[in-house]
Amino acid sequence: MRTWPSAGRVNPLSSTDTTDAAAEAESGAVVETDAAREAVLAELIERLGDAVLGSHIRPGDDLWVRIDRTAWREAAEAVKAMGFTFFDYVSAIDWLPSPFGRDMDAQEDLVVSGAEPKEPAPIVQGYAGGDTRFQVIAHVYSIATATGIHLKADVPDDDLSLPTWSGVFAGANWHERETREMFGITFDGHPNLINMYLPTDFQGFPLRKDFPLLARRVRPWPGIVDVEPMPGAADSEEGDAE
Amino acid sequence: MTAVSDPSQLSDLVAEATDTRVNLDFESEGMTLNMGPQHPATHGTLRIVAKLDGEQVISAEPICGYMHRGYEKIVEVRSYPQINALINRIDWLGSFANEVPFILAAEKLMGVEAPPRAQWIRTILFEMSRVANISLFLGDFGLQLGGMTAGFYAFRDREHVLNMIESATGGRFHPNFDRIGGLKDDLPKGWIADSHVAMDKLLAFCDEMEDLLVGNEIFQSRTRGIGVIPADIALNYGLSGANLRASGVDWDLRRDGCPPGLVYDQADWKVWTHPDGDCFARTWVRLQETREAAKIVKQLLDTIPAGPVMAKVPRIIKVPEGEAYVATENPLGEMGYYIVSKGELVPFRVKIRSASFNNISIVPWVARGAYVPDLISILGSLYFILGDIDR
Amino acid sequence: MGLVESGRVPKPLSKLLNLSRKYSIWAYQWGLACCAIEMGAAFASPRYDVMRLGVIPFPASPRQADLVVIAGTVTDKLAPAVVRLYEQMPDPKYVISMGSCANCGGPYWDSYSVTKGVDQLIPVDVYVPGCPPRPEALLEGILLLQERIAHEDMAERWKGEPIVVN
Repeated sequence: MRTWPSAGRVNPLSSTDTTDAAAEAESGAVVETDAAREAVLAELIERLGDAVLGSHIRPGDDLWVRIDRTAWREAAEAVKAMGFTFFDYVSAIDWLPSPFGRDMDAQEDLVVSGAEPKEPAPIVQGYAGGDTRFQVIAHVYSIATATGIHLKADVPDDDLSLPTWSGVFAGANWHERETREMFGITFDGHPNLINMYLPTDFQGFPLRKDFPLLARRVRPWPGIVDVEPMPGAADSEEGDAE
Repeated sequence: MTAVSDPSQLSDLVAEATDTRVNLDFESEGMTLNMGPQHPATHGTLRIVAKLDGEQVISAEPICGYMHRGYEKIVEVRSYPQINALINRIDWLGSFANEVPFILAAEKLMGVEAPPRAQWIRTILFEMSRVANISLFLGDFGLQLGGMTAGFYAFRDREHVLNMIESATGGRFHPNFDRIGGLKDDLPKGWIADSHVAMDKLLAFCDEMEDLLVGNEIFQSRTRGIGVIPADIALNYGLSGANLRASGVDWDLRRDGCPPGLVYDQADWKVWTHPDGDCFARTWVRLQETREAAKIVKQLLDTIPAGPVMAKVPRIIKVPEGEAYVATENPLGEMGYYIVSKGELVPFRVKIRSASFNNISIVPWVARGAYVPDLISILGSLYFILGDIDR
Repeated sequence: MGLVESGRVPKPLSKLLNLSRKYSIWAYQWGLACCAIEMGAAFASPRYDVMRLGVIPFPASPRQADLVVIAGTVTDKLAPAVVRLYEQMPDPKYVISMGSCANCGGPYWDSYSVTKGVDQLIPVDVYVPGCPPRPEALLEGILLLQERIAHEDMAERWKGEPIVVN
């Protein structure tokens, strides 16, 4: 794929086809290690010990750490003490591959018309690994060092619960309500775990992968179809049929 | 107040009341004030249930969801270009700004970089949508505090920016102009000169607003010292954008964590903060932000490099497997997309971190102990857009 | 107005009534989503200036309004509020459905929480398509509504089909 010399070094109003050799060499150098994020990870391991189950660093960009769920609250306190005081968000990921297929309608139609449903794909978790279908993910940010940490925690199917963060980061209150509503994961110790968006009598957890979009079943997306035949084409087709 | 018999509930209430200077000794007939969901001053429907003691608010609980459209679910069944068209409508006043972090996150996963000219135009349009967004805030906030004229002026001068966005992108409101790897089209002829004129008009509008609204005595008495948010509380709730800077936190993602693909380092501009943290500070910071945005646009217009506006990307976009989070400083605050891709046509999961959701979650805290008319000042100055809260 | 209720309005009187109703539509200010901004641009900005068409966008209460513009996405949670708002308006009342979301669900056609079309809840007189429609399109919708009012037989009011701006 074509890459461009970094924008800052380009001479304004010059053609980008003329490349500067120095700029070329510099942009070619890829950051292999990331000392700052390594240090953050080391400190987090020091504070939490065995509770850090996995980690992933994309050099110069981002850091993912997977925490044992019993230490979820301690993790929040630890990152806050480390200077990550800006609370960004808490959410969850359902790693189950969608049982309805990519389009949610096409597979469903297949099943209705009697075709064999596809074998469900295995659950594959993302960065920093994982063992369970549901993972809670949170992002905190340090304003002083301009770095963020993504924290993940496994939530087993038979006990969809985590300790709440709302005592540590007040902003987590609403995010946890949203996560409960969308995924059905409860947060122990949360002061007010009621629905955020949906009416109280809403059935199901919309962001779970096995929650179908019923409108797509009732009226499948037609894709690109020409309902009206083109004026010329219709005549010629008729002509062909005769 | 309704009779409370449960002792634990009662002690909670007392603790809450002492916390907020509400005097329970002179307990008057309490009432519950329900604001919304139909409210003429908002474009969107937010309901606030406020428990009052006389004129003071004991607790205010926003009830969201009247505008919940299920974005995070329906983007899972849409391809990346389709999502790009859809996410314009999250923060509908700064539509172009919604596209940018999403496109940047997808570009990061794909390893594509937009050509310099596209980066320049992206930044210019980003700042233009900021001007279009915040100029309406200035008018709308005036309107909510009883100054009708500000609203008319804002709608009048906002059209200049919308005209420029429309002539470049074809969309007055929802441009859908960003593409993975660049932009849909190059700029039309004469656009740069016209944009200079439009930005000059907006700078004049800012001066006018400063005299007319921010300098107004009534406006000041209704905003100074009202709804003070200290810096640590703001960080705790994840407030971002002008709301955070008004509390004295000098942090702007354009300067401090600018993702590659936007060229803010090419312009000379300032991040304004205000130490007070009250409604006035939030308005003032936004006013300065509009000015700075107009200045950024004017500087970048003069230095747009030549070249193509689109990198080479496959015709059918498949984003490689991986996870990426990109956040930018949107008009309302930090907006980010956490994209989980499985290498398919559609993303596996997109978490949309919108600014207003965090910004409005502080309302129960900041409204406690406020007077009812101040509730309007607080809500107006926190500046939320319903689509951005509910998504 | 006993004559109107009994359905026996002399033609000239009916014409006079319609003419005066046509140019004094009080529109309720209520915005729902993106379209509300374009509605605001049409109603409140000097550039589009809806008052020259005889529409008065002042009432902040549905009880004083003749017209409500449903400008934006209606969700299932909001639906009861929309119905109540409509019921609070005094007769004769008119509804303009503005934008794709209010017309049919629009870009959220497959969402789990969006009502696909406000006409499932309340009768709609004019549909204005677009996402969002430009302020000019809304003005066109208002002109069509005025035309409809001018020719309407008050007793037969709800029998006509809704009209669409092309």
